[in-house]
Amino acid sequence: MAELSYRDAVAYGIAQEMRRDPNLVMLGEDIAAAGGVFKTTVGLLDEFGPRRIRDTPISEQAILGAAMGAAMTGIPVIAEIMFSDFLAVCFDIVANEMAKSRYMTGGQMTVPVVVRTANGGGSRFGAQHSQSVENWCMMIPGLKVVAPSNSRDVVGLMAASIRDPDPVVFFEHKSLLATKGEVPEGEIVDELGKATVVREGTDCTIVALALMVPRALAAAERLAGEGISAEVIDLRTLVPLDTQTVLASVAKTNRLYTVEENPRLCGWGAEVASIVGDEAFWDLDGPLVRITTPHIPLPAAEALEDMAIPSVDRIHETITKTLD
Amino acid sequence: MSTEAFEPELMDYSRRQPRLPEPVIEGNDALDIPLDERMEMYRLQQELRQFEKRAYDLFMQNLVKGTSHLSLGMEAVATGFGRALRPDDYSFATYRGHAHTLARGAPMGPVMAELLGRSNGILGGKGGSMHLASVEHGMMGSYAIIGAHLCIANGAGWSAQLRGTEQVAVVFFGDGTTNIGAFHEALNFAKIWELPVVFVCENNLYMEYTPIDLVTAVEHPAADRATAYGLEPILVDGNDADAVYDVAQGVIETARRGEGPSLVEAVTYRHGGHSRADPGKYRPPGEVEAWLDRDPIITYHQRLLRLGVPEGDLTRIAQDVARRVDEATEFAKAGPVPDEGDLMTDMWADGGSAWRN
Ligand SMILES: Cc1ncc(C[n+]2csc(CCOP(=O)(O)OP(=O)(O)O)c2C)c(N)n1
Ligand SMILES: [Mg+2]
Repeated sequence: MAELSYRDAVAYGIAQEMRRDPNLVMLGEDIAAAGGVFKTTVGLLDEFGPRRIRDTPISEQAILGAAMGAAMTGIPVIAEIMFSDFLAVCFDIVANEMAKSRYMTGGQMTVPVVVRTANGGGSRFGAQHSQSVENWCMMIPGLKVVAPSNSRDVVGLMAASIRDPDPVVFFEHKSLLATKGEVPEGEIVDELGKATVVREGTDCTIVALALMVPRALAAAERLAGEGISAEVIDLRTLVPLDTQTVLASVAKTNRLYTVEENPRLCGWGAEVASIVGDEAFWDLDGPLVRITTPHIPLPAAEALEDMAIPSVDRIHETITKTLD
Repeated sequence: MSTEAFEPELMDYSRRQPRLPEPVIEGNDALDIPLDERMEMYRLQQELRQFEKRAYDLFMQNLVKGTSHLSLGMEAVATGFGRALRPDDYSFATYRGHAHTLARGAPMGPVMAELLGRSNGILGGKGGSMHLASVEHGMMGSYAIIGAHLCIANGAGWSAQLRGTEQVAVVFFGDGTTNIGAFHEALNFAKIWELPVVFVCENNLYMEYTPIDLVTAVEHPAADRATAYGLEPILVDGNDADAVYDVAQGVIETARRGEGPSLVEAVTYRHGGHSRADPGKYRPPGEVEAWLDRDPIITYHQRLLRLGVPEGDLTRIAQDVARRVDEATEFAKAGPVPDEGDLMTDMWADGGSAWRN
């Protein structure tokens, strides 16, 4: 198939699953007639109709509550929360209800919901529309957390998330929407919890997620020109976490870097570094290094936002300074 | 109220005027409810009452840990709605959910065992008093964070609408819950989608320890908000199972016919404190006594006598229930405590809790 933008891959992936499962429905603000504020759901209303693709009021708790209640009574649901920052408005339903109902009821309830949400910075939207909040969700037992970095993975991981019987938070990165990538013909279904080695190397391992993946790749390309061979891993899902791919890579390269867009404290890289420190200590030739957004709210000004979020320059510079 | 409320003597709520119950409506004797249905409602109220009393005793013996929120005094609401529901309908309750769980037919023994934290508990000990559920009985959970479950009940109604099953979702919550945003989101949402959901406010006059009228802009916390969401205000005597049953049948049928949601406010009173830890000292003298005189079970007993039921029949029901509560207690006490193997199960649908490979 031709190249597809990350934006179009979202609707493409949802459509693949809606054709397969006639019970699957979706709801959210401005998703139907308007095709989504990011145009990620264009065409779905036309193909699947207003019964299955529904606009809602600005009621995030009502949206996720409806998703959960329908899911636990036999209707799988995709719910859109327009910006991931807004998860804070309905986090009770995400963190206390969807995530815990199965465990609390001794396995009586199943909640097949996918919460799709636009995540991440780079759009100069300021502190309340730019955050990377994947770590908010990663720390809640009972949630699965997915964040694709390219068009093909949007389709494959969307299918995996929808088919997964547990609640999944699916982060679509705003700054990747316009990027294009090859999406193969036919049904694409990935498995949650499988990272991808997107560039092989021998001198260090760079683990990245979503927008940080292309940046890590660009930094690795630059390092290659300087004789440093970096391996780049796209984590793809934070829960389940593919630690085996990371540990195998570190066993080969003996160094670990994480590149995280979330603010530093309790970012996902802290968990990855801790696991590598615990389980691959004797493989390591140097410190575990985390490259993150600093622990600040995101600023709006272009110059400031670019300083805050890890850039190709910062990744490259950090690695050249710390790798001996 | 704003400045007055900060006068120290008014901040001692026990010095306020007591809020007394309305008298029993004897005219409700004539409601068109068959006598065998009334006998079932008597039995169910006895079950809820005697179960809750036993739960309280077991707390006092330190066999039940943590906290519990009993429905003593509020049994008529769970009874009237529980009896009006179809077996495949859904109910959603709060942490004050023992009665609503039993009213759907969940067996007493496993519910009691859950309170004791035993592995023969209805949730294997993982949920406890505040999270009772029995999906096979349509009891879709007890939710301990105010508000969310009104939104979740909408989803069950939406699902029934999509599947065309004519099932109805009923969601119970307190007066205090009418002041949280999720209440308002849920009602608006249910109305615009005409969902088959019945919202039931059990107005027991207090949130936790604060009288509801001191913190609510309108007199009737639920009913007075109904018109804002295009709904009829419906107030019912929550201490009269017949009155509740009658209203419940109407609103449930409306939902089942696809004519949308309803909001019912049932006025009632809890005989004890908010939870195990609460002696309820904030209540003015005479208030509890007045409501004890309007005990839903005593007044129902009197109604049945007026309707010609022999006293002995009622005594036999109460005794039979007492025996079953004893059996449930024995079942619970005999249950093994959960072991380490139970700790890490049931987080994911595959039965496990692995988050990494
Ligand atoms: C969001 C939230 N805020 C506060 C609490 C603590 N809390 C538990 S029960 C309760 C009172 C609720 O009152 P009401 O809705 O009238 O129900 P009742 O307990 O009287 O049945 C409060 C404040 C909570 N569980 N959730
Ligand atoms: Mg109350």
